[in-house]
Amino acid sequence: MPVQYYIFLSIALFCIGVMGVLMRRNAIIIFMCIELMLNAVNLLMVAFSKMWADAGRIDAAAAQIFVFFIMVVAAAEVAVGLAIIVMVYRNTHAVDINILNRLKN
Amino acid sequence: MSTQQIIFLVLSVISLVCAMGVILSKNPVSSVLCLILTFFTIAGHYVMLNAQFLAVVHIIVYAGAIMVLFLFVIMLMNLNADIEPQKRNWLKYAGAISGGTLLVILVAALRDASMPSLQSGATEIGLIGNLGKTLFNHYVVPFEVSSVLFLSAMVGAVVIGKKEH
Amino acid sequence: MINLVWLVPFLPLLGFLINGLGRRYLSKSQVGIVGSGVILAAFVVSLLIFLEVRQPGFSAQTITLFDFISAGSLHIPFAFQVDQLSALFLLIITGVGSLIHIYSTAYMHDESNESFARYFAYLNLFVFSMLILVLGANYVLMFIGWEGVGLCSYLLIGFWFKNTAYNNAAKKAFVMNRIGDLGFLLGIFLMIVNFNSVTFSHVFGGAKAMGLNNVAVAAIAILLFVGAMGKSAQIPLYTWLPDAMAGPTPVSALIHAATMVTAGIYMVARSNVLYSLVPHIQTVVAIIGLVTALLAASIALKQNDIKKVLAYSTVSQLGYMFLALGVGAYTAAVFHVMTHAFFKALLFLGSGSVIHAMGGEQDIRKMGGLKKYMPTTHWTFLVGCLAIAGIPGLSGFFSKDEILAHTFAANKVMYVLALAGALMTAFYMFRLYYITFSGSFRGTHEQEHHLHESPAAMTIPLVVLALLSILGGYLGLPEVFGVKHLLASYLSPVFAGSAAIATPHHLEHSMEWILMGLSTVLVIVFILIARGRYAKYTDSGKENTGLAKVLENKWYVDELYDAVIVKPLGMLSRFFQDKLERNGIDRLVNGAGRAVTWGSQQARRLQNGQVGFYVFAMVIGIIVLFVIGLLL
Repeated sequence: MPVQYYIFLSIALFCIGVMGVLMRRNAIIIFMCIELMLNAVNLLMVAFSKMWADAGRIDAAAAQIFVFFIMVVAAAEVAVGLAIIVMVYRNTHAVDINILNRLKN
Repeated sequence: MSTQQIIFLVLSVISLVCAMGVILSKNPVSSVLCLILTFFTIAGHYVMLNAQFLAVVHIIVYAGAIMVLFLFVIMLMNLNADIEPQKRNWLKYAGAISGGTLLVILVAALRDASMPSLQSGATEIGLIGNLGKTLFNHYVVPFEVSSVLFLSAMVGAVVIGKKEH
Repeated sequence: MINLVWLVPFLPLLGFLINGLGRRYLSKSQVGIVGSGVILAAFVVSLLIFLEVRQPGFSAQTITLFDFISAGSLHIPFAFQVDQLSALFLLIITGVGSLIHIYSTAYMHDESNESFARYFAYLNLFVFSMLILVLGANYVLMFIGWEGVGLCSYLLIGFWFKNTAYNNAAKKAFVMNRIGDLGFLLGIFLMIVNFNSVTFSHVFGGAKAMGLNNVAVAAIAILLFVGAMGKSAQIPLYTWLPDAMAGPTPVSALIHAATMVTAGIYMVARSNVLYSLVPHIQTVVAIIGLVTALLAASIALKQNDIKKVLAYSTVSQLGYMFLALGVGAYTAAVFHVMTHAFFKALLFLGSGSVIHAMGGEQDIRKMGGLKKYMPTTHWTFLVGCLAIAGIPGLSGFFSKDEILAHTFAANKVMYVLALAGALMTAFYMFRLYYITFSGSFRGTHEQEHHLHESPAAMTIPLVVLALLSILGGYLGLPEVFGVKHLLASYLSPVFAGSAAIATPHHLEHSMEWILMGLSTVLVIVFILIARGRYAKYTDSGKENTGLAKVLENKWYVDELYDAVIVKPLGMLSRFFQDKLERNGIDRLVNGAGRAVTWGSQQARRLQNGQVGFYVFAMVIGIIVLFVIGLLL
């Protein structure tokens, strides 16, 4: 099975994530779309790992370690990110990112 | 068409449809549920790619922890389709078109790339023993650093989430 | 002693530094002692050098102090050349200079301490520059001195810088000199191109090797002459000199009569080989000199400012010197430089004494009958007038007659014109003399009450210069008197190069006697006419008409220059300012600024603080990057 299949799947998932970020205003949905994009990349990484393992490279496991670390970072990110969103919600009673236009000043 | 390809197609279709569901559904709760389904199909792909350990971790971390957290936050805020903020239509189309263009371009860029194809046979690489050896032989320091990262993330989350007095 | 020649310019430089830096702390007497002392010391050194140089068989010596410019194959040393010509000029400059410094201590005594010191600092700097000019062993060093004297001239003309008219006169002098200096500079560049050297001996050797009537040599000669025109006030660049009388009178005497303006003569005389190689250029020099002499003399006939008359007289005499150079009579030119330095300095200092007594009044119509009030000034002034008019026995007679004789030998028409100029000289000088010193006093009562003889510091230089004006001529007695022409034999090594190229015109002795007699008789006749018309001069107050008015207005040359050069230039500048500068360049510059402001105002809208928009922009950016990557 060609590895391209996984590549295209990953691209599709990633682009869906991008579209989500662009189309939605709900901060939580945007956050979820970011997770989706992360997973698209993870999937691609694992596919490459398999590809190199099949080609006989012994260090192919490094890619899976990377995926592992990405998950670690993602978990930490979610913890902090959700805390921020909760904080914002508590102050503004909304999760609409258009309210958060204070970056201007 | 081999069994593997059939499974791949089925999983792919499900994951893509669920991903579309994430961004299209008006109700945040159904978005979360769709995302969980997507993660399950991705875990299926992991298994197919001989990354059994990652598949398990993936389900535990994402479906079990992160998505529950999301769900929990959404429930807490009592978000539903009625108060869901909507962008103006032309902005939505613009976003969709941009994403589509990105898709087309990435596909066009990688269409002609020649890469070794995947074998149908199993490899030992994704087993926990192998990964453990690699992790603790070569990536001990990042592993330890990630624990610090967790700690700081935890502290950060607590500090941010704390009510101000 | 020759090796100590650097002392000569160094001493005035020292005086300049002391007076210039200590102008706030030194008293007037200290300044006067330092200022005059250094020049006197330089004079003593010059005298010792001269005594050495005048020994027969002395050949020119070059004293190299250090390497000045060394670029590629071009080497310009900072070197002094001591030969008969430069030693003679050293004597004139330091001798007349020290007399004028002494005179200045009394003349400038009314100035404040600081400007008194400033005056002496400038004067010392001037002497330094002038000495560098005559001592330099190459044209670049000469140019340094040339520029230095120009600067000092500017500073001293505008010494009373609070007066706008004086400042304008200073600027005019500076700009006109600059035009000439450009010619000089181009001449030096041409020398470097052609001879790869600016040292006198190399240049002359190279020019000789190029043969007669070479175009390059002609170009160099004419360019150098342009420089001389500016510095020595020849047509068309002479109008600055009369205006330069705005400076203090001793300055006019030293710079604008005795020394600086003769720098052009010195330069042409120094480059005599170049000019002898191109006879056509020499003719040009002679014609310009002659026309200047006549024009200035005719203007001097009708001037009423005592210093203006002397200034035009100076221009006229400089014209004679160039005439002499043009007909190949280099010795005569240098001789006239020397005698002119004596009697013109004498006349200027005498006029300064008169002005001093009159309390700043310079209009001769308001003077008259001064001889009984200031006898010393009167007698010395008379000597000066007799000398410049060319009465036999005084210095001016010998030098002028030598020039006239050589002109006669070269060209009869030129001789007639030059003689006419000489007669005009006699006429206007005695007009000046009679109006000023005889008749009755026409000024105010207060002025009359104030009239007094000047102090000794002013009269002693006058007496010394009067003696020199009488005796100076005996250095160059013509050979018809049966004696050796001392100056000619002294200077012969300097002009040997040109004498070898073009043999000087020779005149029969009988002819020379006739010419001398003719000019003497005519001069005396003209003096008597002047006496008849002006001895009992009263100011009628009526306007001049016809030619007299044209002469009084200096042939309208200033107006002509104003109309032909200054006004069009002004209009052009105004056009550039209004059209190009305001509408073109300013608009461009301001437009650039406005475009940036406008552009940043537009770009600011991008920073609307909307996170969604930022993400969108980022994605667009990524897409664009990918597209570029794909297409390339």
